[in-house]
Amino acid sequence: MSMFDVNKKHGWKDIPIGGIIPEGGTATKYKTGEWRTERPVWDKEKCSQCMLCFIFCPDNSIEVKDEKMVGIDYEHCKGCGICAKECPRAAICMETDPKYSE
Amino acid sequence: MGKKFAQTGTTAVALAMKQINPDVVAAYPITPQTAIVQDFALFVANGEVDTELITVESEHSAMSACVGASAAGARVMTATSSNGLAFMWEVLYIASGLRLPIVMVDVNRALSGPINIHCDHSDSMGARDSGWIQIFSETSQDAYDNVIQAVRIAEHKDVMLPVMVMMDGFIISHGIDMFEILEDDQVKKFIGEYKPGFALLNPGKPVTMGAFDLFDYYFEHKRQQAEGMENARQVIVEISKRYSDLSGRKQELYRGYYLDDAEIAVVALGSSAGTIRDVVDEMRAEGHKVGLMSPRVYRPFPNVDYAEALKNKLVVGVLDRSDSFGGNGGPLYTELRSALYEYEKRPKIIDRIYGLGGRDFKAEDARSYLDELMEIAGGKKQYSAVSYLGVRE
Amino acid sequence: MATLKELTKKEARFTCGHRMCPGCGAPIIFRQVLLAIDEPVIVGVATGCLEVSTTIFPFTSWNIPYIHNAFENAASTISGAETAYRAFVKKGKIKDKIHFMAVGGDGASYDIGLQMISGAFERGHDMVYVCYDNGAYMNTGIQRSSATPYCANTTTSPVGTLVPGKLQKKKDLTKIFAAHNIPYVAQASPSHWKDLMDKVKKAFDAEGPAFLNVISPCPLGWRCDQSETIALAKEAVTSCFWPLYEVENGKYRITYKPREKTPVADWLKKQGRFAHLFKPGNEHLLEEIQAYVDAEWEQLQKLAEL
Repeated sequence: MSMFDVNKKHGWKDIPIGGIIPEGGTATKYKTGEWRTERPVWDKEKCSQCMLCFIFCPDNSIEVKDEKMVGIDYEHCKGCGICAKECPRAAICMETDPKYSE
Repeated sequence: MGKKFAQTGTTAVALAMKQINPDVVAAYPITPQTAIVQDFALFVANGEVDTELITVESEHSAMSACVGASAAGARVMTATSSNGLAFMWEVLYIASGLRLPIVMVDVNRALSGPINIHCDHSDSMGARDSGWIQIFSETSQDAYDNVIQAVRIAEHKDVMLPVMVMMDGFIISHGIDMFEILEDDQVKKFIGEYKPGFALLNPGKPVTMGAFDLFDYYFEHKRQQAEGMENARQVIVEISKRYSDLSGRKQELYRGYYLDDAEIAVVALGSSAGTIRDVVDEMRAEGHKVGLMSPRVYRPFPNVDYAEALKNKLVVGVLDRSDSFGGNGGPLYTELRSALYEYEKRPKIIDRIYGLGGRDFKAEDARSYLDELMEIAGGKKQYSAVSYLGVRE
Repeated sequence: MATLKELTKKEARFTCGHRMCPGCGAPIIFRQVLLAIDEPVIVGVATGCLEVSTTIFPFTSWNIPYIHNAFENAASTISGAETAYRAFVKKGKIKDKIHFMAVGGDGASYDIGLQMISGAFERGHDMVYVCYDNGAYMNTGIQRSSATPYCANTTTSPVGTLVPGKLQKKKDLTKIFAAHNIPYVAQASPSHWKDLMDKVKKAFDAEGPAFLNVISPCPLGWRCDQSETIALAKEAVTSCFWPLYEVENGKYRITYKPREKTPVADWLKKQGRFAHLFKPGNEHLLEEIQAYVDAEWEQLQKLAEL
């Protein structure tokens, strides 16, 4: 019985008292990717792995593994475009999010 | 055998705090609470307690720091009065909403304006909806006893609510009276150790306290808070019993003086009970069946216990040392009246607002009230259900 | 100081999934802050955009112990938590080093909570206060604060026929806290991430109170595109509107001198909240703003030479 299922609201006997959230980082379960109208598209070939997009992303949505960028967390990316704007190699471009095309 | 003192009420409270030895005290001075924190500061300076004292820059910060320290997992205490309590008003609600077992002494003093530094109950009555447990003390001895019990009541896992212990400003806080204290290790054993369910000082298990509730969860959290307050009814009775056994001093929900067979009863919170007792003695000697009820617990309001004690009286005269403007009576009166509503046969109940801003309440005032109550019991029809006792017309 | 690549290996103590606006400066700042140090941190956040959007029950972006009390009292609340920590260390109940951080927006810090921060700093608590300055009460709908820049258009200092926006100059909170003679005070920007993270480390290393004032562009309140956040923060620095400096034990040091000082008007032009300044007849206001920024920058340089 997860407290974090957005579709299920629990009764007062089933939640901790005092408005306490008893574990850290539970927001990762909330998919802010749904907010996007545009999304960043990453060109691996152009990328110099400078990690500026990583340090400037408000939503921690630049996926990095073993010190190398591997992609974008589309479940959480809000499509703000900071990564595209700040990328020194123009390796990220903003496109209309697929859910809006056609 | 405890040590006996002839000292002020603030000294009694400071000694209780010393024996409790809380982890943190955050306080700001305001008359007539000042001596409590001054005494305590000297204990800290002389290494007689292990407490970290935060001399904050306002009462709002005092309660805020108490919230932070309690949330961190520490045992926390503070004290204030009057406008100090009023200034921390929003944080009172947060302390109880976040279920933090803070213990605070409120030395009852009138609220401004105009400014007055003397005793009435308007300050703590203003906080009666805040979710704090409220316990009144008649004497310095009561204040000492109540503060120690408050720690156990607040920290009980079925309660987890902050507690405020009241004592009358100047009358009790600054008046010299006899009181007896327990041994240090008796207090230490009675209060035990504070073991919070959740605490900030546990980085391995990060918690978020004071989350943002939307309309989908606030109500549930408040319902839980109400449940804590309901559980406090029984917890207060249990802790009072344990303390009675320990101290040899009976801790009750209310004190009845010639109450059981009384036809006429006066109800008063705080130190006025002492004055009224003398008048009851005098009138009993004259053959009048009068009595006194002095309540100790105000929140959770023991409506059943108090109503049961008063239901068979002919007339009940309440004395409210605070007003609720436009409220058709003071708080004690309206709550007792509501408690008695359920009974088919119930007494006439009237209210006199008295003693505001430290207006002295003398034996002759108590006598005149009791005389009037007797007239009402005797059939007098013209009387005010709610009016003021002791104000110059 | 770790490289960016090394930072990518750290556990995210400020996670995704929060509901801050796309492009908001605040989450960028706090990601950087929490990546800058490794020891445990306990944070108290004042009511405002950050608090409300990162802790909607039961979702929290904070992977560290967190408390929210009220609007003005993050500093007092953390004073209490920090004191509880010291009490426990003294009693031998805790041995690990734990840092304490209080956070507020400009509303909470420059205005309603000023007293509380001052009190906490005067008492010398070992804590860091981080202000994310977006220049208005953004969470409640872009109302002016004492941090709102001169002539900015806000809902309570609106541009009308009689008045060109906020009439008062921006309060200098950084200097106010430097005057408290605490060990470390600094201004930072998320655009200059290395400078910010060095300052975070110095702030937490300092024994006693430290204050970090960080510029936090707000696309909604500043009326700019949500992708401009870092660019606008950068230009606030290069125009010397928001100089990057630190005051370490009373000694002023400018930590970033722009190679080329850019005109303030170029920065103002990119924000809709200053659009009225570019209408004919308002040139004198632009001149006034440039003169003021120049004078402040001169004064700061003199302070750094002392």
